[in-house]
Amino acid sequence: MRRIITATVNNSSGVLNRITGVISRRQYNIDSISVGWTETPNVSRITIVVHVDSLYEIEQVTKQLNKQIDVLKVSDITDDPHMERELALIKVNAPAANRAELNSIIEPFRATIIDVGKTSVVVQVAGTSEKVNAFVDSIRPYGIQQMARTGVTGFTRSAK
Amino acid sequence: MIKVEKQTTTKSGAQLLIDALNAQNVEMIFGYPGGAVLPLYDAFYDCDIPHILTRHEQGAVHAAEGYARVTGKAGVVVVTSGPGATNALTGIADAMSDSIPMVIFTGQVATPGIGKDAFQEADMIGLTIPITKYNYQVRDVKDIPKIIKEAFHIATTGRQGPVVIDLPKDMSLATTDTVNDDTIHLPGYQPTLKPNGMQLEKLMQALATSSKPVILAGAGVNHSRATAELLDFAERYQIPVVNTLLGLGSFPQDHPLFLGMGGMHGSYAANMALTDPDLLINFGSRFDDRMVGAPKEFAKHAVIAHIDIDPAEIGKVLTTKIPIVADIKETLTQLLEMSITDETDKTHWYKLNMTRKERHPFTYNRDSKAEIKPQKVIEIIGEITEGKALVATDVGQHQMWVAQFYPFSHDHQIMTSGGLGTMGFGFPAAIGAQLAYPEQTVVAFVGDGGFQMTNQELAILNDYNINLKTVIINNGSLGMVRQWQEKFHNERYSHSIFQSQPDFVKLAEAYGVKGVRLTDPQTLAADLKEAFAYPGPIVIDCVVSPSELVLPMIPPGKANHQMEGVE
Ligand SMILES: Cc1ncc(C[n+]2csc(CCOP(=O)(O)OP(=O)(O)O)c2C)c(N)n1
Repeated sequence: MRRIITATVNNSSGVLNRITGVISRRQYNIDSISVGWTETPNVSRITIVVHVDSLYEIEQVTKQLNKQIDVLKVSDITDDPHMERELALIKVNAPAANRAELNSIIEPFRATIIDVGKTSVVVQVAGTSEKVNAFVDSIRPYGIQQMARTGVTGFTRSAK
Repeated sequence: MIKVEKQTTTKSGAQLLIDALNAQNVEMIFGYPGGAVLPLYDAFYDCDIPHILTRHEQGAVHAAEGYARVTGKAGVVVVTSGPGATNALTGIADAMSDSIPMVIFTGQVATPGIGKDAFQEADMIGLTIPITKYNYQVRDVKDIPKIIKEAFHIATTGRQGPVVIDLPKDMSLATTDTVNDDTIHLPGYQPTLKPNGMQLEKLMQALATSSKPVILAGAGVNHSRATAELLDFAERYQIPVVNTLLGLGSFPQDHPLFLGMGGMHGSYAANMALTDPDLLINFGSRFDDRMVGAPKEFAKHAVIAHIDIDPAEIGKVLTTKIPIVADIKETLTQLLEMSITDETDKTHWYKLNMTRKERHPFTYNRDSKAEIKPQKVIEIIGEITEGKALVATDVGQHQMWVAQFYPFSHDHQIMTSGGLGTMGFGFPAAIGAQLAYPEQTVVAFVGDGGFQMTNQELAILNDYNINLKTVIINNGSLGMVRQWQEKFHNERYSHSIFQSQPDFVKLAEAYGVKGVRLTDPQTLAADLKEAFAYPGPIVIDCVVSPSELVLPMIPPGKANHQMEGVE
């Protein structure tokens, strides 16, 4: 099962190494991991997507992460109302003749063309991994030259 | 956070380090010098803390572990960068596996060389992340007091463990007249010591309705010095007690409620009690696979209560109905303040355990006239030392025989590599213990194989006047490997039987240490007594039966009741 975990950590050197080490050592596969600054200085947020076989396994992962001295808080937000976003940059074949058609795919996904070349364009799309996947599938037939995805970042929704 | 600076007189990093060690009341440092730590060693020249120069960095770390294991205080080690630091890795991993408090300073090349494959550079942060509780690299000389204070705090609190401080040479040389605030501020590290009251209630309710309870007492009981409380608790509710290897000493061995050690080479009574209880209370053991070979079969019908200071241990191996994250002593103290109306009759359970214990004790051929039985050596030494010696073992068959036959009587008494299973551990660990307690009898039981991994530390027995009794259980082979080959590999003794052996007596003598060889089973008791009466360090080479097996045994992966070799 796919689980999404967030961790706030001290932004000290080697912290990412510690986190990934804990997870890989216990033989869980990391699907994606993304790190960035938070509202607090020297504190980073890590979002990790892992695939595990059972809730027991994810509990082990979060407990082991929690044990790390640089980890301030760990949550498995999969079952909480939460938002997740991933960004992808995709360079796709776009000979002049195809551009209108491409646009008609891009628009419903609220993707944007951020660079235009002679025969290709670069498209940016953001959303859940599912949406990004769907988009990638839709434009794959045009010929993807290059693609970079950020991995997921996310947190829980505000209390209503 | 605002960095507060404190004024000091101008000091070097090395001097700040020594000040910090003094502030921690460090009693001794184990180490080995080299280029990257020369500034430190220069400072040691005028320092009051004794430094013990071992002959190998692994020896230094194990000796510090021995010191830490018997005193409960952090062991302190200094090694140089690169090869010095990598030589220390085995000991660091060993301390991690057994939750031993340690602070290890590894020298590092000067900051500009880090990451450039400099001479004697090894990435100690990368190498030690998985085998330390935490690690630091000093990047600012002003942080030295703070880092050291934090390191000791982390090493000695919560679930204890080793902390590495990687110290670039330029940081020891740099001078400063101000240092950064050393207040400990670790929001991500707040060990829970007090148990949750509701869970304690649950435990006591479970106990009230249990007719077949059992206690599994692990290293946590020893670490938290909760032996008196454990005894009270077990006696009050008449609960039989099983020890783990590292939990030995936490319960009196001659007590009627004591069933012995459980697990792979544990007693029949202990393993049966772990098979069919209705309530299993685990105080501070991590359900290691040598204890729980087949988790699905272990205490299958029992409610499991697990008390551990490390929340990550609870539920790791077995589903736990009553999880209690806390210090063991604190928990037992609170449990003893509670009372329950015992609703069940436990006499049947008590009798069953007694019968199993009486019928199937650890045993061996005591009457052997042809050869010395290793178990007998241990039994006799148990008598000579009245079960009170500080006992180190190495790893292998002799380790298990010591666990089975030495009458441990108090906490912080056993030094053995339970988690990592490190050959070469026993001898230097015993040295560390003897240095901590020069007046105490310390015994190192070692195999002829493992002794050869760290026997160069014989050199320091005279240097530091270390009155250690070293007992080689010499079976001419890598006994435990030989045993597994006999049982699980069709007696194909691939590379487990030594072609040749050094003369251990001469080896000892070469280092100026007395050596004796014992070969006669008839005079064994008298010979051992004489050897132990020798007023100085002595190596006692006991030539024992080469084919003796450690029994009983649970084959790996089998359930605790599937023991083989039960008499
Ligand atoms: C560093 C290390 N290498 C290898 C092993 C594997 N091993 C476990 S027990 C053992 C045999 C130990 O032989 P010896 O020291 O003679 O003790 P005995 O079993 O004969 O009592 C070996 C090789 C180990 N535990 N540690």
